[in-house]
Amino acid sequence: MSSTAQQARQPKWRSVVIWTAVALIGAVGWAMLALARGEEISAAWMVAAALGSYAIGYRFYARFIATRVLRVDKTRATPAERLDNGIDFHPTDRRVLLGHHFAAIAGAGPLVGPVLAAQMGYLPGTIWIVAGVILAGAVQDMVTLFFSMRRDGKSLGQMAREEIGPVGGAAALLAVLAIMIILLAVLALVVVNALAESPWGTFSIGMTIPIALFMGFYLRVLRPGRVTEVSVIGIALLLLALVAGRWVAESSWADTFTLEPGTLVIWILVYSFIASILPVWMLLAPRDYLSTFMKIGTIGLLAVGVILTLPTLKMAGITDFAGVGDGPVFAGSLFPFAFITIACGALSGFHALISSGTTPKMIQKETQVRMIGYGSMLMESFVAVMAMVAACIIDPGLYFAMNAPAGVIGDTVQSASEAVRHLDYTISPEELAAAAKAVEEQSLLSRTGGAPTLAIGVSNIFSEVFGGAGMKAFWYHFAIMFEALFILTALDAGTRVGRFMLQDMLGNVYKPFRRISWWPGLLLSSAIVVGLWGYFLWVGVHEPLGGINQLFPLFGIANQLLAAVALAVCTTLLIKSGRLKWAWVTAVPLAWDAVVTLTASWQKVFSSDPKVGFFQQRADYQQAIEAGKVIPPAKNMDDMHTVVTNSTVDGVLSALFALLVIIVLVDATRTCVKAIRHPEATKLTEAPYVESKLVEPAGLFATKEEKAEQQAALAAAGTSRTGPGQDTR
Amino acid sequence: MNAVRRAGRWVRWYVRELTDESAYERYVAHVRQHQGADAPVPSRREFERQRQDAREGDPREGFRCC
Repeated sequence: MSSTAQQARQPKWRSVVIWTAVALIGAVGWAMLALARGEEISAAWMVAAALGSYAIGYRFYARFIATRVLRVDKTRATPAERLDNGIDFHPTDRRVLLGHHFAAIAGAGPLVGPVLAAQMGYLPGTIWIVAGVILAGAVQDMVTLFFSMRRDGKSLGQMAREEIGPVGGAAALLAVLAIMIILLAVLALVVVNALAESPWGTFSIGMTIPIALFMGFYLRVLRPGRVTEVSVIGIALLLLALVAGRWVAESSWADTFTLEPGTLVIWILVYSFIASILPVWMLLAPRDYLSTFMKIGTIGLLAVGVILTLPTLKMAGITDFAGVGDGPVFAGSLFPFAFITIACGALSGFHALISSGTTPKMIQKETQVRMIGYGSMLMESFVAVMAMVAACIIDPGLYFAMNAPAGVIGDTVQSASEAVRHLDYTISPEELAAAAKAVEEQSLLSRTGGAPTLAIGVSNIFSEVFGGAGMKAFWYHFAIMFEALFILTALDAGTRVGRFMLQDMLGNVYKPFRRISWWPGLLLSSAIVVGLWGYFLWVGVHEPLGGINQLFPLFGIANQLLAAVALAVCTTLLIKSGRLKWAWVTAVPLAWDAVVTLTASWQKVFSSDPKVGFFQQRADYQQAIEAGKVIPPAKNMDDMHTVVTNSTVDGVLSALFALLVIIVLVDATRTCVKAIRHPEATKLTEAPYVESKLVEPAGLFATKEEKAEQQAALAAAGTSRTGPGQDTR
Repeated sequence: MNAVRRAGRWVRWYVRELTDESAYERYVAHVRQHQGADAPVPSRREFERQRQDAREGDPREGFRCC
């Protein structure tokens, strides 16, 4: 032990040279991004800046947290080893678990936020994605994973209740339910905006339902457990449905699949309700396999595409909207709203739900929390960087025509071109029509929500590598399908989780609710959950001011609120376990997150700018109603009343979120102060130490010492027992 | 050639592990190791059904993020 420590203290010259080079690559990337003024620069610099910074963060900061702060102990058995039951607790190979964990945390979030934040230019968003993940997001994931692992995989809610207190715990539980509702509404809104008036997209997405039903039947009845083969069949059918979408869009059926946003909302609500009460094996499980394969495949392709084509960024580094805060995509200035808009990819509270729960029950070695927790989050952050690239390589004029609300843009290419000119960008009506025609859509105007914009960027990148301009429409719809597929899966899964929590809460009032097989309770709680997010979805679609514009900030605030809960739990645990000296590791991100969330909520509630402050908005529109006037973008008195109702609901929600953060923070502070004053009286609910018998490497590649240890362990075991399948690796 | 075959085997192993297709074999191996070579095990069909139904019981297992 002491000899290896000595070696670590005397760095080898080779490693010094390598890490200096990595640091230089990152620094040059940042310099190019920051210093480019007026000229278009290559996305290569963004990739270099991100990857260089990740490497430094992983090598130095994550290692420091693992060894000095958390003091991971490779001799301590993990829950997977101690409680191994061959089912949910089992030591899983670190490379497999990395895939599992990454697939579980990365979804539509890191793809949507950066696209919206691109209205402020690529620089603020990219800096926040990269710096945020290294100092806050990946730290939160890793520390939560560590503490949950030390508690046999307890959930975030349970840890909040046991370690902070019943009040903080209840607030955390309520926060999880609230964020789930807003999250589902915003995700559904993204799908509606992507599929509205698009027969190609609607048909291909609709076909995923029979495909999933077939896969479910195959796995349940025909060949149970044969996941790989049924997934290959499913993906083939999916691609067929995608190709067939074009035929349908060109045939006489096109009208049947050309749906208005309002109709799509009804279909999505009906689908989600039915899907959430059907058995898991019918729809949810097979959809999960499909979307996981599509996700990993598409993200991999995107990384290859970006690196092969290294496209040019057309958006400015910083646009005027960053300072003034009057951008059309979302209102509010750089601070705090850029940090709210990009949650997933930089700091996402939702990940704490994944890091506490499934993953800690499967981890082989304590030392692997760095690779699984920190490493996966860096990968997700890179997905966000690629989304930023995809949004910034398209023409800024097209970007604003697609992302500004219909009230601003109007419904003809002429009015859109005019509106974009008012925003100080240019795109001709002909160019707008040509852009829509290239991807075989009727119109690209005001396709808010990020998915269509991302799809345009992705189709530009992919068609350059595979298939040329003729494939643009195919790749556009491929990207739409890829996002819609896992959003629809999330709607089903999220409704189930929300229902489960609601059943648990209602069970306090009326016992039978807790029995998940009690049909009336099941139907009622499913209907309540779908009804709640359905309300926000309906409101978002009919919002004259633009649903994404109004709701996305709420989603961001809710997600960051959950991050505040997770970081508060982490900080409390660091202090309670005698690591006060290192508590800043999570306390500083917590302070930053609290400032961002509370400032954003404050502005959303109290700002006197009607574009930002919900109550000012309400007052302005109410006054106009009393004076009998109509304020654009509202078109009539009905619209005016809609705005008044919506801003009231949204304003109350912002205030509620802020209140929940404050309750959790105050309760956590109380617990921390108590722990600092009376360290002897603090109770930790950590699982006791058991010696580990497994020998496994900590990182992706085994070091020389780790290989020697593994060989020694194998030799020792080889005398008593020759394990089956040891050569399969 | 040998390297190609080894890489192919590794990919197959990885995909089976990642999709949890190997769950049944893992469970049988686990039971055999801890309860003796002739301990009773469920058939694959029964095992996969139990696994799916368990997910029904607590939807938080296997939940994915946005």
